Amino acid sequence: MKLAHKDLLRLATVGSVDDGKSTLIGRLLVDTRQLFDDQLDAVVAASEKRGVGDLDLSFVTDGLRAEREQGITIDVAYRYASTPSRKFIIADCPGHVQYTRNMATGASTADLALVVLNVAHGLKEQSRRHLCIAALLGVRSIVVAVNKMDEVNWSESAYQGVVDELDTLANELGFESVISIPVSALLGDNVVDPSPNTPWFDGPTVLHALESSEAGSWSGAHGGARLPIQWVLRQPGGGRTYAGMLNGASLQVGDSVTLLPANIETTITAISSGSGARDVASTGLSIDVALDAETDAGRGDLIATAPLPKVTKEFAATICWFGEAPLRVGQRLRLKHTSKVTPVRVHALSGVVDIATLAIDANTMLQTNEIGLATLQSADALVLDDYRDNRVSGSFVLIDEVTNATVAAGMVGRAAFL
Amino acid sequence: MTTETLQTLHMTDHLDLLESHAIFILREVVAECERPVLLFSGGKDSAVLLHLAAKAFAPQQLPFPVMHIDTGQNFPEVLDYRDRAVEATGARLVVAKVQDSIDQGKVIDPGPMGSRNRLQTVTLLDAITENGFDAAFGGARRDEDKARAKERILSFRDAFGQWDPRQQRPELWQLYQGKVNPGEHLRAFPLSDWTELDIWQYIEREQMDLPTIYFAHERDVLLRDNMWLAVGPFVEARSGEKIERLSVRFRTVGDANCTGAVLSEARTLSQIIDEVSVANVSERGATRADDRFSETAMEDRKREGYF
Ligand SMILES: Nc1nc2c(ncn2[C@@H]2O[C@H](COP(=O)(O)OP(=O)(O)OP(=O)(O)O)[C@@H](O)[C@H]2O)c(=O)[nH]1
Ligand SMILES: [Mg+2]
Repeated sequence: MKLAHKDLLRLATVGSVDDGKSTLIGRLLVDTRQLFDDQLDAVVAASEKRGVGDLDLSFVTDGLRAEREQGITIDVAYRYASTPSRKFIIADCPGHVQYTRNMATGASTADLALVVLNVAHGLKEQSRRHLCIAALLGVRSIVVAVNKMDEVNWSESAYQGVVDELDTLANELGFESVISIPVSALLGDNVVDPSPNTPWFDGPTVLHALESSEAGSWSGAHGGARLPIQWVLRQPGGGRTYAGMLNGASLQVGDSVTLLPANIETTITAISSGSGARDVASTGLSIDVALDAETDAGRGDLIATAPLPKVTKEFAATICWFGEAPLRVGQRLRLKHTSKVTPVRVHALSGVVDIATLAIDANTMLQTNEIGLATLQSADALVLDDYRDNRVSGSFVLIDEVTNATVAAGMVGRAAFL
Repeated sequence: MTTETLQTLHMTDHLDLLESHAIFILREVVAECERPVLLFSGGKDSAVLLHLAAKAFAPQQLPFPVMHIDTGQNFPEVLDYRDRAVEATGARLVVAKVQDSIDQGKVIDPGPMGSRNRLQTVTLLDAITENGFDAAFGGARRDEDKARAKERILSFRDAFGQWDPRQQRPELWQLYQGKVNPGEHLRAFPLSDWTELDIWQYIEREQMDLPTIYFAHERDVLLRDNMWLAVGPFVEARSGEKIERLSVRFRTVGDANCTGAVLSEARTLSQIIDEVSVANVSERGATRADDRFSETAMEDRKREGYF
């Protein structure tokens, strides 16, 4: 049965600097008429002013002054689009290695990565890094635009060479769906309309691939319900309800649940959401629940159904490090996991991922933009799932205690390919 | 699929998810920050924001005050609505006046017809400092402008209130972290992922009250710089400009002298939704003189600390 509303696909562009990510998004939006007249006029005017031709499509998303001056994306742009079959939230990410933290920001909420590769360059180290980060973050499907085909005279063998290299890496990284397409973002070939220049290619256009990709969020596919408590609401008459956003699995009035880390078994006696009382709540909803037991539950605690997460003060994790100074063993940081904030210390660093080979090199430091494996010890007990079982209760960020800057993305456990 | 799961899927449509995400952000910021405030202009986005805030903390009262930066160049219908809407939530209303900044000599009076739009930034930042606010909720959406499209949901402001688009904090998953040092503050945008159409559909679904100027009505207007301005105390006809009485409505609400009306017959929410679905000019492009100033008008104002 078809549901009344259109489903939503969140996608992020990934790939190395200048390979054409912003141009491709600009092309997609212009050719599907998602831009308002005044927005298109503004892009035309800006292109003329900066002497970059009639229409620089990258200006559709590269909206900052510095980005337009330098012709480079600095931070993620979010665009909202909708076609007859789907709604899209598009995160156009920067390719430059210096802005890897911003790419991770854009990809952390994506269901699908739109990978853009320059056909003349193939997989550069930065393309490999982005693909690796996307895989770690849990992106399962990729659409690969092999771009700038106009510059290699639409050569099938040039295209095939890049696709072979890409397929090998995608296979290692464990992507479940990989669709490659030869395109020219600049001229529009195979983006929205099929190209007459690639008679040897019988696959979909980029738009068609995005519209038909099977790509719901995978969070919670293997686990129980998780409700991290954000806030306690006092009810008239003296009772309390516990508010948070539900994930992992749905929850019903009458369900047996466990309050963690206290490990108290109790029952859900009422659920309400923005639209009032309800019997069932599905994932993604902000709800508040009443519990059968009198507890002192509060912010940072978690309500769960089986299989339960583990409660621990020491755990292994995969870290993407964005700090300017290297991360070292013994370093103290603040960790935020769901609604819980606690001091942590780096107990051990067991290795750094070699982006070229995906091998783990022994090392005791993590440099900026490196990915490594670490063991962390926390002051307070944490309630954790493996990231691959739950994207919410398996993820955390590390925060610099002095500047309050977010310096790392962390995922509990270790991906199969590492 | 059982009927029950089908029912649950049906019940969670995209408006439910947007609502849930916004409520999540509201609760998270209130939990992490000491003294939040909600910026309320009386426009449709801040109306939705206030509505969501009331839901996020029901049955309790809002755990923060509501602040209006009053340029003194408002539409009277919007001030009426402001008082009505804030009173309905029982929240405390703080009004910070641009006129006070002018009287204190902090900014220069642009004259009765001049725009006070840019001056608001000074009034806003002073009010944030004087009240010791460390987080300010705003109703900005990423689909409004290319600089807003780049901004984080929790956006850091330094001790001078400035936004530095090159140094935004990474914002991974939905782990919004709101720690700031004294003197710094955050702007939080729970409606970041909403589009103009989402806002209207939500207003219709929730049967929300709005300022009357959002609905088509007869009004004296004149055409200036390709924009229909409402004739009134802040806009008078210059030589060569013709005053006409037309059926108009407003797509955004800002100062009376820089917000344009659109020609429209849409008198109900569903008629507005029909119009918005087929619009070919953006909301700000159609109606805001303040954004037309230069290529990066919004970015420049945001850097200084604007909403
Ligand atoms: N010939 C040709 N040039 C292209 C094509 N796509 C993009 N370009 C050019 O490549 C340059 C970089 O394009 P962008 O879209 O800014 O690249 P990007 O991947 O977004 O770069 P970053 O965001 O900075 O990582 C621009 O000069 C584009 O005009 C294409 O299909 N063919
Ligand atoms: Mg780009």
